[in-house]
Amino acid sequence: MSTAITSTPAGGPAATREKGLKGLPGMRSTALRHLLLMVLAYVGVVLLLKTLDPFRASQMASVAYFIPAVAGLTVLTGLNGQISLGHGALMAVGAYTAAVLLERAPGLPFVVVVLGAVLVTALVGVVVGAAAARLHGPYLAGATLALAVGVPGLAIYFEDLLGGEQGLRVRPPQSPDWFEQLTGATSRTYLAYLGWALALVVLFLLSNLLNSRVGRQWRAVRDNEVAAQLAGIDLGRSRVVAFVVSAACAGVAGALYACVIRLAAPGSFTLVLSLSLLTAIVIGGLGSLLGAVIGSVLLVFLAPFLTDRGAAFGLSDIQSANVAPLVYGLVLVLLMLIAPRGLVGTVRLKMLQRQTAGLRAAQRTTELDTPAQGTPAQGTPAQGTGEQGTGHPSTGDHQVRS
Amino acid sequence: MTRLLNLLLNGVTLGAVYAAFALCLVLIFRATRIINFAQGAQAMFTTYLAYELVSHGQPYVLAFVVALAAGFLLGAFVERVVVRPVETGPEINAVIVTLGLFVAIEALAAILFGNQFQSFPAPFGVDGFRVGSVDLALTGNDRYRIVAVLVAAGLLLALFRFTNLGLRLRAAAFGQEVARLLGVRVGRMLTLGWALAGLFGSLAGLLIAGGSLFSPSYMQGVVVFGFTAAVLGGLDSFGGAVVGGLVLGFTQSLVAGYVASSLVTMAALAILILVLLLRPGGLFSSSVARRV
Repeated sequence: MSTAITSTPAGGPAATREKGLKGLPGMRSTALRHLLLMVLAYVGVVLLLKTLDPFRASQMASVAYFIPAVAGLTVLTGLNGQISLGHGALMAVGAYTAAVLLERAPGLPFVVVVLGAVLVTALVGVVVGAAAARLHGPYLAGATLALAVGVPGLAIYFEDLLGGEQGLRVRPPQSPDWFEQLTGATSRTYLAYLGWALALVVLFLLSNLLNSRVGRQWRAVRDNEVAAQLAGIDLGRSRVVAFVVSAACAGVAGALYACVIRLAAPGSFTLVLSLSLLTAIVIGGLGSLLGAVIGSVLLVFLAPFLTDRGAAFGLSDIQSANVAPLVYGLVLVLLMLIAPRGLVGTVRLKMLQRQTAGLRAAQRTTELDTPAQGTPAQGTPAQGTGEQGTGHPSTGDHQVRS
Repeated sequence: MTRLLNLLLNGVTLGAVYAAFALCLVLIFRATRIINFAQGAQAMFTTYLAYELVSHGQPYVLAFVVALAAGFLLGAFVERVVVRPVETGPEINAVIVTLGLFVAIEALAAILFGNQFQSFPAPFGVDGFRVGSVDLALTGNDRYRIVAVLVAAGLLLALFRFTNLGLRLRAAAFGQEVARLLGVRVGRMLTLGWALAGLFGSLAGLLIAGGSLFSPSYMQGVVVFGFTAAVLGGLDSFGGAVVGGLVLGFTQSLVAGYVASSLVTMAALAILILVLLLRPGGLFSSSVARRV
């Protein structure tokens, strides 16, 4: 965590205090560190998948298609401050693109299909984002709500191309021979392996983007528009780029979704889908990629659990299918009332508060040990206020806004 | 020609209902600067209450009164319990809270009343009438819808214009600090505003459902149309909301009649984007700048 505050001018101990991966040689580069993390995560996922039965593996595939969409949305909302209820619709764009590509050109490599979906969704993102960049808060929510309600209608209108109400059947990519020999898994679980690889690639790209100039610009735009503008950031461009990146992520998610579900139909991309994505980012914490993964896992594993609870209470199938959305809605409301920072944000804030509390205690003891460090003329008051600035709960307030 | 005329008449009916719905969004926005995305879901829920009464043999009037009263109470409850804590926070929190309510109420309705489409009996006749040799598709039910919205809007206007309570409501919406200093119970006025909006929304829900099919998600499109209508009217003018509602009604009727009903929502989206980009303050805005 933030060792900078505690590091002494002597410098010696600071290096040893670096925690986690940063301490290892060669891990100073953020990109390398992220890459190593993602590879480790993938190894973990592969080991996990090998132990799972086909049903659980298919659930893992579902997690994999939620992750890019949720991560894209959390970046948009948490880091750029734009809300979107249209990500379900953007997923639909990706899913239909993949479905059409797989239908018209059966031999196409899967990577090309995904790239095609990303391209088309990003183009849609440019159009929507250009409009969205000039809106905020409730206006943006309303406009993207219209998108979420309206897009399924397009699939019905262009029936010849997109299959109308019935939708398009999707033939998912077949697993190559070497895959089955290597993992001993069936072709059904192939999509879980493939999906997680894609999801982690998306997470890797996003995590680097957030640490780059672009990510800093997005945060600047979110926190203070005027200051950002004065620093030379083009607000509109920054917002459009954020929306396009987020849309492209939804495109990946949509392509995966179509392959896992094996169907692209208007009924899959309801407003409830968009709002579930919103629930996932709010639970995880706005702007946190780790939160996005947690949120996606919850979306996939919580829903059947809740449906089962509903059935156990003697509800019919249709009734118990609605228990999950009911809980999502209540969770959204309750989280906003109780813990608006979400899971990851709340934990981080608690850790920060404990750190600062410890820091203040440490400061108090050092002040007692060496009562007069500065010249008496500069006085303790100035130093005192400065240190209160770092140790005071104001650190927490700052976290609230982010 | 007859077809166009009938589409326009249908547009007026739809427009009246959208106007009613836009009015309740405006009512809330004026008071608290929040768009209540749960408004449609609230209206859907009270419509189900009315339907339960009607299908158990109770008269329509009773169902009507119960639905409106329930809408009033639900609106007050939502404001006081759920929205009050986020009213002053970041606006994104309020948006997320109302969206959460939206999902929760819809799911609750599906659990309680089922997911299927139900047919709400029309309270008035569904026959058109004839003028000379032209068949007009303005049914008794349609006329009832238009009259009901007109009466309700008139009552609302009278309340705001001519009563002491209306003055206090307007004061609370206009400037909370000043109103509070002058002895207005601002909190109560906000709750009352949301309650009135809930009542009006219930009316819109009942009018849309009457004589047609409805389901837990039937208000989703209406929320989009109502929101677009309200934005078209500038979000804080009652008159603007009515005009916006009519524009949306005509749009829906004409697009569905001449193009395809599946494109209706996209047409609304197009209008919404155009208005927000070209005239963010709505059609009737004076030159006051508005951040959208």
